[in-house]
Amino acid sequence: MQATSLIQPVLALVLSPLMFGVINRTKAWFAGRRGPPVLQAYYDLSKLLRKGAVYSRTTTWVFRAGPIVGLAAVLVATVLVPLGGEPAPLAFTGDLILLACVLGLMRFFTVTAALDTGSSFEGMGASREVTFSALAEPALLLGLAAMARLTGSLSLSGMSTAMALETWRQAGPVLALVTAALMVVLLAENARLPVDDPNTHLELTMIHEVMALDHCGPDLAFILYGAALKLWVLAALLVGLMLPVRTGNAWLDIGAGLGAMFAVAVAVGVVESSMARLRLLRVPQLLVGAGALAALALILTLK
Amino acid sequence: MVLALILIPAVIGAGAFFVRNDPLRRVLLVATAVTHAGLTVACWVWRPGAAAGGWLALDAAGLLFLSITSALFLVTTAYAVPYLRREHDHVTRDAVEGFLFSNAPEATFTGCLLLFLAAMTLVTVSQHVGLLWVAVEATTLASAPLIYFHRHHRSLEAVWKYLLICSVGIALALLGNFFLAVAAGPTPLVFSELVARSGQLNVPWLKAAFLLVLVGYGTKMGLAPLHTWLPDAHSESPSVISALLSGALLNCAFLGIIRTQQVCAAAGLGDFSRTLLVGFGLVSMAVAAVFIVGQTDFKRMLAYSSIEHMGILALGVGLGGAGVFGAMLHAVNHSLTKAMLFLVAGNILGAYGTKSTADVRGVLRVLPVSGVLWVAGLLAITGSPPFGLFLSEFTILKAALDAGRTGVAVTYLALLAVIFIGMATIMLRMAQGVSVRVEPRRESWTAIVPPAVLATVVLMLGVYLPGRLTQLLQETARLLGHP
Amino acid sequence: MTLDTILILVVLTNLRLLGASRIGASVRTVAVQGILLGLLALLAHHGEPSVSVWLVAVGGAVLKGVVFPWLLLRALRSADVEREVEPFVGPIASLLAGVAALGVSLWLAQRLPLPDGAHSSVLVAVALFSILVGLFLIVARKKAISQVLGFLVMENGIYTFGVALVRESPLLVELGVMLDVFVAVFVMGIALFHISREFDHIDTHELTTLKD
Repeated sequence: MQATSLIQPVLALVLSPLMFGVINRTKAWFAGRRGPPVLQAYYDLSKLLRKGAVYSRTTTWVFRAGPIVGLAAVLVATVLVPLGGEPAPLAFTGDLILLACVLGLMRFFTVTAALDTGSSFEGMGASREVTFSALAEPALLLGLAAMARLTGSLSLSGMSTAMALETWRQAGPVLALVTAALMVVLLAENARLPVDDPNTHLELTMIHEVMALDHCGPDLAFILYGAALKLWVLAALLVGLMLPVRTGNAWLDIGAGLGAMFAVAVAVGVVESSMARLRLLRVPQLLVGAGALAALALILTLK
Repeated sequence: MVLALILIPAVIGAGAFFVRNDPLRRVLLVATAVTHAGLTVACWVWRPGAAAGGWLALDAAGLLFLSITSALFLVTTAYAVPYLRREHDHVTRDAVEGFLFSNAPEATFTGCLLLFLAAMTLVTVSQHVGLLWVAVEATTLASAPLIYFHRHHRSLEAVWKYLLICSVGIALALLGNFFLAVAAGPTPLVFSELVARSGQLNVPWLKAAFLLVLVGYGTKMGLAPLHTWLPDAHSESPSVISALLSGALLNCAFLGIIRTQQVCAAAGLGDFSRTLLVGFGLVSMAVAAVFIVGQTDFKRMLAYSSIEHMGILALGVGLGGAGVFGAMLHAVNHSLTKAMLFLVAGNILGAYGTKSTADVRGVLRVLPVSGVLWVAGLLAITGSPPFGLFLSEFTILKAALDAGRTGVAVTYLALLAVIFIGMATIMLRMAQGVSVRVEPRRESWTAIVPPAVLATVVLMLGVYLPGRLTQLLQETARLLGHP
Repeated sequence: MTLDTILILVVLTNLRLLGASRIGASVRTVAVQGILLGLLALLAHHGEPSVSVWLVAVGGAVLKGVVFPWLLLRALRSADVEREVEPFVGPIASLLAGVAALGVSLWLAQRLPLPDGAHSSVLVAVALFSILVGLFLIVARKKAISQVLGFLVMENGIYTFGVALVRESPLLVELGVMLDVFVAVFVMGIALFHISREFDHIDTHELTTLKD
């Protein structure tokens, strides 16, 4: 395995909490504030790891397993997703299905851990989470199917290495549609506006936040880190498939990929600053709209 | 001459919107009607040549339908002017629901009426496929404000249905026109050229084109199952407009269909198009029969009768041969009879104040002349001798039997019988008896002369067909019944 | 290349119409679609576009992109109607139906024996899709304004079909068709205004007085 492949998970592990910092800084800049330090997430993680944990008497082993299994699942995802045109450490035909499954596993355990507390707050968040993910999944899979059809490869790394600037020139509209669909999926899966407000714990707006409400200490650290890695994974998917910078030098490509990741973080920050959260009724419509765009992209590649 | 036929009503119609003086406007209306009729008569004597590079020309079919339109317009104008004078600035109480309503401004009515005449004339003289389409859509748009003359919610509902359903139908006909253009290739889209070069047409596209044109213009013509707007629009509009709609407009839409059928027949698709026409014709008659029996609104009954007769027209053309002659004669007879019936219905409505068949009794006593005309109209419209419709319906029946299509003939007769029973029950019950609520009254001669004239003509056509008319009908049949 | 982009944008406007929940947004989307079609007419023209083609394309774009929305929005404003589209079939189901319709149109367009080369099949597919979406909007929406918009979309689809397949249409006929559609929208706008004044709403589902 090449160094360029192995460096990708390492970069993910080290740099993913930085994404949160960039997003928050962007939002603060829009609001005219200074905002928290860019490395704030790291400080939070180290603080949480040093704390002890308190477990409610109504919970079972599922509650303790939730964050751990979630983190494990997303770590598997990080070795699947390529960055910067270089193949990922773990690549085989059909690994995009494994990616979807692994993200699903993470979601499943988060949801069951939330339900395990027996609180109606978490239950509500869990039901919303499951509904929206069920609607976002077709968008993700259809988008990936369109990409597979376009590049002729059923492996994420294969797709990424097959992308070049010519692909944009030939099939620009298809790629634009898939980008839009994947962006919406990214916002939905990572609990960003306009789907969910990451700042509040109000009943009106929360989905992901509420599921983490009862965790504390290292568990909360795992959840926070897992969320950072999930954002990294989906953003890397977006960048790897959309950014066709192929200079021939692998390290330059990875550098460009990193730059694009932070550009995505800034874009997320911009979206969060310019939109309000959608009414809950409208979120399924948005997600189905993204699915329709992905379906349209797939239909266009089929003809 | 052809251009004058179109432009005179169009220009005066546009101008009528701005004329403030009511009597002057009515004079203009009558003058235009008379001029138009005069020009049409002149066309009978000296057949005019083509205009606008062959796009506007009066062939036999066009002249026939133009004459019907012009004659009907003249007679209904004679009825309409006193009607307008009576309804002027009137706030009426609606009989059915009891609210007060007013009428549209008379300028709108007169202007739209003249534009309507211009559009219908354009349909009859147009030889280009696209121009025909524009004219048919123009008739829809010109007649919509006319239906909404009585400003209340039922007529508004009728207008909305009319506008939307007919516009969608005509849009489908436009798609059919595009299909026809694809089928034609380099041939110009003039009907005579298409018939002449029928060998070069692309047959599958022509098939699809005919289907779309049949559905599209069939919506406008009132063929079932596309007829849903017709009973509402024809019953809610003033009787003058109903007469024109049933008598003239439906024929114009039919003209669009038969011209396309002519092209199809020339290209060898005659069997396909004729089968479709027979099918739609019988379905229309069946739907009309179902809804006429037990009908509670006599204007709606007359509207369904129009659907039935449009079905008979389609059936006649679909049978081919002598059936086409029968259908053309039927078009003339039906237009005159239906117009007369609607005008008489207008008289009845004016006297009784209600459209319900249950509430109207004793028309023969209350309105003697209208009553007689009502019963005569019943006999005429159901095809009894000695009226003209008997001849035309019999010709179509004979064509069916001659072609060996006994099934069609039997269905045709059965449906005619059902409709006769349905209409006779309603109309005779209305005519006879004694009315408790309404007193016998003197009828103004302006309200009875126009329908009486029409009735006389229909009676005469049943006994004697003028030579010129027979010639024209045969020429039309030859033009359209091209095997 | 740009022709394909315009076609995809037209498809996107149709999908947007299916999923829209506010009338103002729907009207503006139809306006954008009209302008796109004007561009399409220019780009898809076989050979060098003559003055008449320019005239029709630009005239059509102005008419559909500016005049119609102005007419419709004016009718709505004076009607003081609620701003929500009230559908029989919800936005999600409509979107899914739209995607299905797109699939059907593409399949049909490939089956049609087209006289021209490969390019026409995409145009024909988009035309069929617009017609189907227009018909769907007429049937599946309650408000009268949505039915007018559906009619306009259907006309757009038929016009696209004409652009795809008809080599040269006489100027007079093109102008006649445009005039007809203009007057139709004008008259429908007036009818809308009257309906809103008479009924206090523009829900055509409620227009059920006349029946047998």
